[in-house]
Amino acid sequence: MREPDDSTRRQFLGLAGGVVAFGVVTLRPAEATPAMLASAIRNVVGAAVVKTGKVKLDIPPLVENGNTVPMTVSVTSPMTSNDYVKSIHVFNEKNPQPNVGNFYLGPRAGRAQVSTRIRLADSQKIVAIAQLSDGSFWQTSIDVVVTLAACTDEVI
Amino acid sequence: MASALINVPAKAKRGDIIEIKTLMSHIMETGYRRTATGEIIPRDIITSFSCRYNGAEIFRADLFPATAANPFITFSTIATDSGKFDFEWIGDNGFSEIASASITVE
Repeated sequence: MREPDDSTRRQFLGLAGGVVAFGVVTLRPAEATPAMLASAIRNVVGAAVVKTGKVKLDIPPLVENGNTVPMTVSVTSPMTSNDYVKSIHVFNEKNPQPNVGNFYLGPRAGRAQVSTRIRLADSQKIVAIAQLSDGSFWQTSIDVVVTLAACTDEVI
Repeated sequence: MASALINVPAKAKRGDIIEIKTLMSHIMETGYRRTATGEIIPRDIITSFSCRYNGAEIFRADLFPATAANPFITFSTIATDSGKFDFEWIGDNGFSEIASASITVE
């Protein structure tokens, strides 16, 4: 994970720059939310560079019911008092608003892992970003297909 | 009426990593749904969850409408001392609930 060779750097620049800044925005211009996703991520990470890796997002790739989708985020970290995960942030691309959850941990967590159940309004990309104690940000993303959406316009 | 389900091991060895599971019953109304007459149903969600272990905060979460109804959150901590876990949920419309669980660490 930590070899600082050229291929890693290229890979990271391609992924982080392409996916986060531009890929998301150009993916579906009709949707307002990819831009919101980018700005929600920007609100959390600020000007920091988000590297790809360390974070694992466990979510079913094919979801039957978007109203409750089990999700587990784990981060590779020794979780010692000077090397731990400070926070985990999960974002989505196409729900009415881009935040899914913010989770604040610390060295006392022992294991950098959080599970919850989320709502997904459409088939879309989910992004998980972790902030480590050294201030660096790491991310992963996953595409999820939702057959029954969590209906935002549902008439009840 | 809200109610909480908490799962914390009753006993643990000192230094063990224990898993804590919490569920709070709550509608988590997103604020994006409409009634048959087209009016938006106002948002009513839990916005914040925290867990303290003998008074010290070990875990906190910000929740959004994208959290499913009856928020279920699992996290972990290192068993350091016998004592008490205090859980707190805070949300819209003055929602505030607390729960606690005790653990014996050997």
